Amino acid sequence: MATVVTDPNAAPAVHYLNWRKTVASWLFSLDHKRIAILYLISISVFFFVGGLLAAAFRLELLTPEGDLMQADTYNRYFTLHGVVMIFFFLIPSIPAVLGNFLIPLMIGAKDVAFPKLNLASWYVYMIGGTLGVLVLVTGGVDTGWTFYSPLSTTYANTNVFLAAMAAFVTGFSSILTGLNFLVTIHTMRAPGLTWFRLPLFIWAHYATSIIQVLATPVVAIAIFLIAIERVWGVGVFDPALGGDPILFQHLFWFYSHPAVYIMILPGMGVISEVIACNARNRIFGYPFIAFSSVAIAIVGFLVWGHHMFVSGQAMYSSLVFSVLTMLVAVPSAIKIFNWVGTLYRGNIVWTAPMLYAMGFLGLFAIGGGTGLFLGVTGTDIHLHDTYFVVAHFHYVMVGGAVMAYLAGLHFWWPKITGRLYNHLLGKLSAIIVFIGFNATFFPQFLLGMQGMPRRYHSYREEWQLLNIFSTSGAMILGIGFLLPVLYFTWSLVFGRRAGANPWGAKGLEWEKASSPPSPHNFDHDPVVTEEAYAYTGREQLSV
Amino acid sequence: MSEHHIVTPATYLKVLIALAVLMVLTIAAAEVHFGEPFNLMIALAIAVTKAVLIVLFFMHVKYSSHLTWVFVGAGFFWFIIMVALTTADYLSRGWHSPFTG
Ligand SMILES: [Cu+2]
Repeated sequence: MATVVTDPNAAPAVHYLNWRKTVASWLFSLDHKRIAILYLISISVFFFVGGLLAAAFRLELLTPEGDLMQADTYNRYFTLHGVVMIFFFLIPSIPAVLGNFLIPLMIGAKDVAFPKLNLASWYVYMIGGTLGVLVLVTGGVDTGWTFYSPLSTTYANTNVFLAAMAAFVTGFSSILTGLNFLVTIHTMRAPGLTWFRLPLFIWAHYATSIIQVLATPVVAIAIFLIAIERVWGVGVFDPALGGDPILFQHLFWFYSHPAVYIMILPGMGVISEVIACNARNRIFGYPFIAFSSVAIAIVGFLVWGHHMFVSGQAMYSSLVFSVLTMLVAVPSAIKIFNWVGTLYRGNIVWTAPMLYAMGFLGLFAIGGGTGLFLGVTGTDIHLHDTYFVVAHFHYVMVGGAVMAYLAGLHFWWPKITGRLYNHLLGKLSAIIVFIGFNATFFPQFLLGMQGMPRRYHSYREEWQLLNIFSTSGAMILGIGFLLPVLYFTWSLVFGRRAGANPWGAKGLEWEKASSPPSPHNFDHDPVVTEEAYAYTGREQLSV
Repeated sequence: MSEHHIVTPATYLKVLIALAVLMVLTIAAAEVHFGEPFNLMIALAIAVTKAVLIVLFFMHVKYSSHLTWVFVGAGFFWFIIMVALTTADYLSRGWHSPFTG
């Protein structure tokens, strides 16, 4: 099947997209690249479902009164927005789409270690997703994505059981993906590809996989305990049955704080690749970026109590968690410092992925920095459960993770599809997203400082102006997210052929594989003879 | 990677019997009153023994590579982090600040 490509810019006659054409060849494909596409389509659908829910409740927040929707409806909308965006979009986004597609290509392997498990993880995800949709059509759930007891176990009369099962099932797809990546990275690297020659994208995914495998079972069990207490009255969290409601928060945040790193670490991997290529520079401080990923994975497990300062957690416990939280800021700061160091004296090219990456740097720095306000017990007591918290984690999750996902999608789109998109529109969307994002969420910092509580459908008159800013920003942000759908779809049919390496980038996926790659990735088994990011500053872009 | 090790049915049977005996022990120990922390400690000790048997034999870790051991060890270590920091909260609930009394 191996076709010899003579012109490096010509698309191969046979590649993974066209070598088999039936629907079954997609639904039962064991090819990591096709499974990545299946994930790409599914998570995109969930992203727009979650986005529409957000648009709806932002409209409600245009006025102080609850005029567009009732409190109950509002509660269901923000809960589903959170559940969908976290469990069905952010957690699988970069690992299951870009990680799935790129990890074997980057390490010179034909596929992941367990291709059938890889396909199974997508089916498990789809079963969880179907349960999620079932929740949506059977009246929703109103506990918030956090499922706190005793609200979720005793008081909520919505479909908590089904929503818990949806999150429970989806967790297993995340575990399977992480396990697969760990074994793949350990056992399938090409000859010459030592650990310290690996692209930092691989290090980031390695650290992410550790968290997925070690932490996800805990949240699965915690959510499962909610379900059995609710349905069979087993006393785990209900004090009347001998349980403790705060135990749920411990178990929940033991996963859900590290889950923030499941969402952001792969994004950090993307940013390392995009910045090195677009600055035409060797990455500054490779071992520091590599080990800071692992440090985040480890220290990230020691800080969960910072979500519980006002929940009845012991004061001394809060003190310890607060100090540990300050520590976890260090490895993230190291990364930002090293990325900026990579830009220094680089030959920067302002491509669409680079604009997204620059957006990431600024927004993630704000998101991380405002996390320190919330990690200090004194300020957290004032800011807890206000819009300050909402703004903070959206700067990390959207400003960080989603910006990085879009940077990655724009960077590897030519590799994935073999086509180039309209670069002007690409840059425009990066700018619109950046402006819309800040307009949406910066006012929420101010609202939070003024004490506006989160999760209410009505608010005091004097907060309306900032809420109008926020809702208008959300509409701009929505346009920014829709634009890529248009030009990406357009590029599939009308886009120019990309050639194997349109960015002049380093890495096996660019230098040794065609665009789109052949079904078995490489025509010849690659051997690695140089360090990662061996940029000389003179590589040509053909875009 | 270590080569594939085949575990004999006899070994599985022995482990199964050991697990059954430990289960009977768990029930028996729950019936006797040993005083405040001891019932819990005995129950947990038996449970950990059972878990170790399952991990070593049923999950084949005993015959696996050192790398597998490292990952299994990491799993236990993570579990201890969860239990230790959560317990720290429960144990220090009653403490009072020297400043606020
Ligand atoms: Cu946290």
